[in-house]
Amino acid sequence: MIYFDNSATTKPYPEVLDTFVKVAGQFFGNPSSIHHLGLQAEKLLSQAREQVASLLKVDPEEIIFTSGGTEGNNFVLKGVAQSYKNRGKHIITTSIEHPSVQNVCEQLKAEGYTITYLPVDKNGQIRLSDLQNALTNETILVSIMHVNNEVGAIQPIKEIGQLLAKFPKVFFHVDYVQGAAKVPLDFHSCFIDFATISSHKFHGLKGTGAIYKRKGIKINPLLAGGGQEADFRSGTENIAGIVAMAKALRLAMAESESKQNELFAIRDYLISELDKIEDVSINTPKIAAPHIVNFSVEGYKAEVLVHEIEKNQLYLSTTSACSSKIDEPSQTILAMGLGESRASSSLRISLSYSNTMEEAKKAVQIIQQAIENLKPVMRR
Amino acid sequence: MNKFYADYAATSPIHPDVVEEMTEVMHRIYGNPSSIHAYGREARKIVDDARTVIAKSINANFNEIIFTSGGTESDNMALIGTAFANKDKGKHIITTAVEHHAVLHTCEFLEQNGFEVTYLPVDETGRVSVEDVKKALRDDTILVSIMFANNEVGTIQPITEIGQLLKDHQAYFHTDAVQAYGLLPIDVKEMNIDLLSVSAHKINGPKGIGFLYEKAGVRLQPYSFGGEQERKRRAGTENVPAIAGFKKAVEIIMADRQKKYDFYVQLREKFIEGLNEEAINFKVNGSENYCLPHIVNISFPGTEVEAFLVNLDLEGVSASSGSACTAGSLEPSHVLSAMFGAESDELFNSIRFSFGLGTTMEDVEEIAKITAKVVKRLTN
Repeated sequence: MIYFDNSATTKPYPEVLDTFVKVAGQFFGNPSSIHHLGLQAEKLLSQAREQVASLLKVDPEEIIFTSGGTEGNNFVLKGVAQSYKNRGKHIITTSIEHPSVQNVCEQLKAEGYTITYLPVDKNGQIRLSDLQNALTNETILVSIMHVNNEVGAIQPIKEIGQLLAKFPKVFFHVDYVQGAAKVPLDFHSCFIDFATISSHKFHGLKGTGAIYKRKGIKINPLLAGGGQEADFRSGTENIAGIVAMAKALRLAMAESESKQNELFAIRDYLISELDKIEDVSINTPKIAAPHIVNFSVEGYKAEVLVHEIEKNQLYLSTTSACSSKIDEPSQTILAMGLGESRASSSLRISLSYSNTMEEAKKAVQIIQQAIENLKPVMRR
Repeated sequence: MNKFYADYAATSPIHPDVVEEMTEVMHRIYGNPSSIHAYGREARKIVDDARTVIAKSINANFNEIIFTSGGTESDNMALIGTAFANKDKGKHIITTAVEHHAVLHTCEFLEQNGFEVTYLPVDETGRVSVEDVKKALRDDTILVSIMFANNEVGTIQPITEIGQLLKDHQAYFHTDAVQAYGLLPIDVKEMNIDLLSVSAHKINGPKGIGFLYEKAGVRLQPYSFGGEQERKRRAGTENVPAIAGFKKAVEIIMADRQKKYDFYVQLREKFIEGLNEEAINFKVNGSENYCLPHIVNISFPGTEVEAFLVNLDLEGVSASSGSACTAGSLEPSHVLSAMFGAESDELFNSIRFSFGLGTTMEDVEEIAKITAKVVKRLTN
C-alpha cells in the first residue's frame, strides 16, 4: 500500500497519538476552571502555545488556536472585512486559493465588498506588478497562499510582503496550510500579519489548527462566547488536540530539516519518470514545494484513473480533497493557462517524509500500467 | 488526600471506551472523508455511522445533523446563520437573560448588526414563563433561542410548551441543549425544535467536537466557507477520530440514560442531606421541580466565593462558581443576577457542584463534609 495523498490529510505520528490519549485521559480539566485540574489544563495550553510560537518564531500571544484551516481562513477574512469596512471594502486575493479563501471572498462580494482575483502565470505565480496595480486606497486586505495545494507552486511571499510593507493600512494574510513544516516561511521578515495552519496536514489530528495574528491587531472574532483565546476564539479549548498539534509541528519540522533533500529527490524522480510516459504532462512548476507532483494524462478522465490506480493499492487524488468529488476541471490549472484538457485530466501525488524512493518507483509502474489498461477505453 | 472532581458541568473526563475507539480510528483510519479512494471512503463511513447514531438519539433525520467544533460553534452558527438568512422576514430575536455566553455574546453581535433582541427575564428559580415568550413574539420575530437547561443552576426550561407555542409562528426555535443532552429525553419532532446545539465533552466525549441539529428546510446561512463538507453548511475537513469518539460517547450515555438520571437524583439528595446533617446555613439556587439532577448550585450566606473555592481546592474538591467559561474572570454570574437581582448576596456566595461519570455516593458524602468544614472555617 502506498499512500500518496498527504495534501488531503496525513497519517498522525504514533507519538502524537500517544500524547493525545494521555492528555485527553489524564488532563481533562477545562482550562477556564480555577481549580487545580483547570490549572493543569491551562498550563498545558500555555506550554503548547509557547512551543508552537517558538517553532514559528513568533510570540505566544500571537497564536490563536482554531478548529482547523477552514476556520482560520474564515476568521481572518471575515474578521478583517468586518472590522475595517470603514477603511475600505476592497480585498485582493489570487485565482488559485483554496476554497476556504475563495468561497469566503465570494460571500463577502455578495455583501458588497470588491474582490480582485490576481491571475497567475504558467508557473502558478502571481506577478508583483499585477498586485501593485490592483492596490487602491480602499484595499484593506491581501490574502495570498504560500504553497498551492493542487500543484505545489510557491508564491513570492517575501517580495509581496516587502511591497505591502509600504502600505501600512493593508493587512497581509497567508494561507500557510500546505507550506507548514514543508517550506520554511519567516513571518516577520515577510511582513505577514496573519497566517493559517492546520494540524492534520503535518501528521497532527483533524479538528485543530492555529492562526498567527501579529501582535496588536484587533479583529472581530468568528465565535462569540466565553472569551477564550484572548476573546478572539470562544469555545472550550481542545487541549489534547492542541498539545498533539504542538508535538506534531515539532516532529514534522525536525523531519523537514533532516529529510528535505530526500523528499526533493523523490519528487524529482517522479517528475522525470512520469514525464517520459506518453500522454503525461507535468503541471507542477519549477519553483514548487517538495511534496506535490501534479500531472495530467490528456484524454483520460481523472477520476477513472484514480480508481484504476487504486486497484494496485496506490492512493492519490484528482485535485484537492475538498473539491475532488465535484466533476469539474481544476481551477488552478485553468488559471495557469494550461488548458481545459489538462485541467480535467489532472492527478495529484502528495508526499510525506515517510514515503520512500522504492514507493516512488513502484508508483510510476502502477501509473504507467493503469494508463495502459485504460487506453482502449479512454483514448479519444 | 482524596481528590474529588465536582465540576462535570465545566467538562467531563473522557470515557475509557471513547479513548479506545478514537485511538483505534486515529491509528487505522486517517483518510480525508472527501477523498474518493478507499481511505477516504472508510473515513466517510465513520462519519456517516456517527451521524446515524446521533440523529437517532434526538429522533432527527440523518441529514439534519451538522458536525461542528463544539457547543460554542453550534450556538454561533444557529443564531448568526438563521438571523442573516431570514432578515427579509424580520429582524427580531427572542432569548433569555440566562443563556450561555455563546448565545448572549452572539446576540450582542447581532444587535450591532441591526437586529433587535428581546432578553426575557426569569423567575427566582431561573425559569422563563411561556406567557412572557408569547407576549414578546411579534410578526417580525425570526428566531427564539432558549436553552434546554441552564449550565449554572440546572433549571430546565419549558421547552415542549415553547415549541408548541412556536408551531404556528414563522420564528425558528433554537435550544442550547449542551447541558441537558444525555440526561433528559429529547425528541426534536415532538418538541417542535428547529435547531439544537450539543457538545461532546460534556458527555464524556472529546473536546473540540459537537453538533448542530438543523431541521430539514430551515434557512441557514453557512457559517464557514470552503469545501463542500456537511452539506455546505460547515466547510472544513471532518474531525474523524473525534466524530468516532463522539458517537461512542453518545452510545454509552444513551444506553442507560434513565438509570443515570435516577442515580444523579440520589446523589443530589444525598449531597443535600449531607449538608443538612452538618447544620450549616445554605440555600439551593434553582428550581426544585425542574432541574438537572447533576448540577447543584448552592448559596452559603456569610462566605465569599473566591476564598470558598480556594479552600475547597486545597481540601481536594474541584468545584466552580458558575460556568467555566466565565469562571476564569470570577465576574458575578449573569444567571444568578437575573434570578435574584444585580446586588443580591447569592452572586457572591454561591458555588456550583456538578457530578457525573465515576461520582459515587461516598464521594458526595465526603464532598458534603468537606464543604461543611470550609463553611465553618469561613464563617467563624
